[in-house]
Amino acid sequence: MGDILGLIAKRLGLGLVILFVISIIIFFMVELLPGDIAQAVLGQGATEENVAALRKEMGLDKPAPVRYLEWLGGAVTFDFGNSIVTDEKVTTLIGERFKNTLFLASYAAVIAVPLAIILGIIVALLRNSIFDRVVNVATLTSISSPEFFLGYILILYFAVNWGMFPAISSLSEDMTMWELLNRTFLPALTLVLVVTAHMMRMTRAAIINLLASPYIEMARLKGAPPWKVIVKHALPNAWAPIINVVALNLAYLITGVVLVEVVFVYPGIGQALVDAVSKRDFPVVQACCLIFAGTFILLNLAADVGAILTNPRLRHPK
Amino acid sequence: MNFFVIGYYALLLGASCLAAYMNRRAIFLLLFSLTLVSFILGIIGGVAALRAVTIAAGLLALAGMVAYGFREFLVQLSEGNVGRPLRESGGVFLIILLILAALAFASNSFDWGLAEIFVAIGVLLLIIVPLSPETAKELRRAPLTATFGLFVIFTYIVAGIFSSVIAPHGEAEVIASAFAPADDTMLLGADQLGRDIFSRLIYGTRNSVGLALAATVAAFILGAVAGLLAATKGGWFDQLMGRVADVIMSIPSLIFALLMLSIFGPSIPVIIGAVAIIYAPRVFRLTRAVAGNVVVMDYIEAAKLRGEGTWYLIRKEILPNSTAPLVAEFGLEFCFVFLLVAGLSFLGLGIQPPTADWGSMVRENATLISFGDITPLIPAAAIALLTVAVNFVVDWMLHRSSGLKE
Repeated sequence: MGDILGLIAKRLGLGLVILFVISIIIFFMVELLPGDIAQAVLGQGATEENVAALRKEMGLDKPAPVRYLEWLGGAVTFDFGNSIVTDEKVTTLIGERFKNTLFLASYAAVIAVPLAIILGIIVALLRNSIFDRVVNVATLTSISSPEFFLGYILILYFAVNWGMFPAISSLSEDMTMWELLNRTFLPALTLVLVVTAHMMRMTRAAIINLLASPYIEMARLKGAPPWKVIVKHALPNAWAPIINVVALNLAYLITGVVLVEVVFVYPGIGQALVDAVSKRDFPVVQACCLIFAGTFILLNLAADVGAILTNPRLRHPK
Repeated sequence: MNFFVIGYYALLLGASCLAAYMNRRAIFLLLFSLTLVSFILGIIGGVAALRAVTIAAGLLALAGMVAYGFREFLVQLSEGNVGRPLRESGGVFLIILLILAALAFASNSFDWGLAEIFVAIGVLLLIIVPLSPETAKELRRAPLTATFGLFVIFTYIVAGIFSSVIAPHGEAEVIASAFAPADDTMLLGADQLGRDIFSRLIYGTRNSVGLALAATVAAFILGAVAGLLAATKGGWFDQLMGRVADVIMSIPSLIFALLMLSIFGPSIPVIIGAVAIIYAPRVFRLTRAVAGNVVVMDYIEAAKLRGEGTWYLIRKEILPNSTAPLVAEFGLEFCFVFLLVAGLSFLGLGIQPPTADWGSMVRENATLISFGDITPLIPAAAIALLTVAVNFVVDWMLHRSSGLKE
């Protein structure tokens, strides 16, 4: 057990190092601006005094490494400074939105993960049949479509033509759970379509890879019934790739959410990021990027840890 | 119960019986399950649903016929060995291409109006080169999806090169009132500023696909050169590049692109640069892995002992032996880049107006969707169709290259 903890601690440490490097990239990229932030915010017509005043206010007169350490120290305690545009605290701007985004992503994940794994296993068992080919073309089409295409098609049919769900997911505090699920159904469904397609293809590949191994053939040859071959022989070894697939696709969900939120005008962090980018509100952009990158790294870490836990071979690297 | 419904079921049942009689099990199963599904669909959606199924089946059949025809066409051309003179000419071919590029450039800057023709000749020559009897053999075994993909790509190339000839109106020309309905001069109606949507769609082929292609080429060159150097040199360079790739790949691509665009502002060079940095690591990893397998071969050792330099090794020994996976990777990479760039332009951070671009066209006309109008979806469908087509071709190529290894 001790060596497993050691391995996991090593992976966690590596993840922290990468997160640290990314925070450096996110912070110092803004320094690459021609001029500086104060100049960029006030524009060409600003007087020298105004720029100097803003610089002082934003603490730009200090050297960059000092400001970076201050920023990082704030970020660790979820204090990302103030927005340039509205002068509100970044945390109050994106805190509630982050919760909404997490809700949407987990809503989609709860539907997509079981669906994709079950369908992926079925398709793998029926491989090379006509059903498999149809599913292959369908998932390929779903993967190849931009998220906004799927989103607008769903709006066109479910909201406009059939009137089953609302097209715009405006949220308010006093909604019942049922109402909330109903309002956010279409954005969640869009994410489900994309993620399920990805996950199904990866699950199918993993299972087929597994079913080709000699010990499965041995189980079949000794006369074990097909369901037993799957449940007793294949599944224990299939967990590792499946956990991997799930974690990787949840990470994908985190970025797919940006476009979907814009399509459905969902009050989430992705929408906040896009708004901040077009207004060049750097503190908000930096905060959102750090949160997205952090979640992404966390999920990738989860994939690695899950793989280590379920696959004893990874515990003894050659 | 009208004649359409009776005809519909009669055709399906008749066809499935015929398939069963001819012992075509898969076709029978497909047709008969479609019949069963149609019962449920007909009860829920009525005649409209059955009509939709018929239209979908018709479109599928049309696509199949087009793919079949295009495959036969390519096979015939390949058997005629059209590309031989070009392949054997070697350097002359390159010089012709260079002259054509120079002519196209000159035509563009002196306003001769012939640029399209020169580019078209150049692309045509490039397409003809790989047509040989060996390709004919491969093409005969190609699935219809792959040749359908080739056909779609060919159509997009034609639309992209000749956009100014095909489009009936100018790219940013205001010719009607906002959201004017379709008429004889405007096939798809007008957009939010009264510009012809069809013309903008055609121009969008050149702009959107061109930008994605340029960005992919940049990412590919960056990644492939780094990968080849890392594989041949090894040591600290390899280590450093590997770590840099790790870090870049651990930031979600869309987020990284948004960060860079917020800092440098949305312009074409910034988009190309950002995409190149984001996607180069994937190409780097693949190139390094593929080239790493080649580098350990004996003939590389022999070439090194002969005293050949790194550049010679890459150009003459490693590259020819790793083309197949790299070409497939280029196709895949193009799909990712195309979707990313489309997403960016949908968010208003891509090519800036008034230049026509598919992603921003969807966003600008999205209000029409709430009136049940599908026009704004057409550019999005164009993006999806091209990505699907490229994916089909890549699937076939990957399958072929893995099949050769077995």
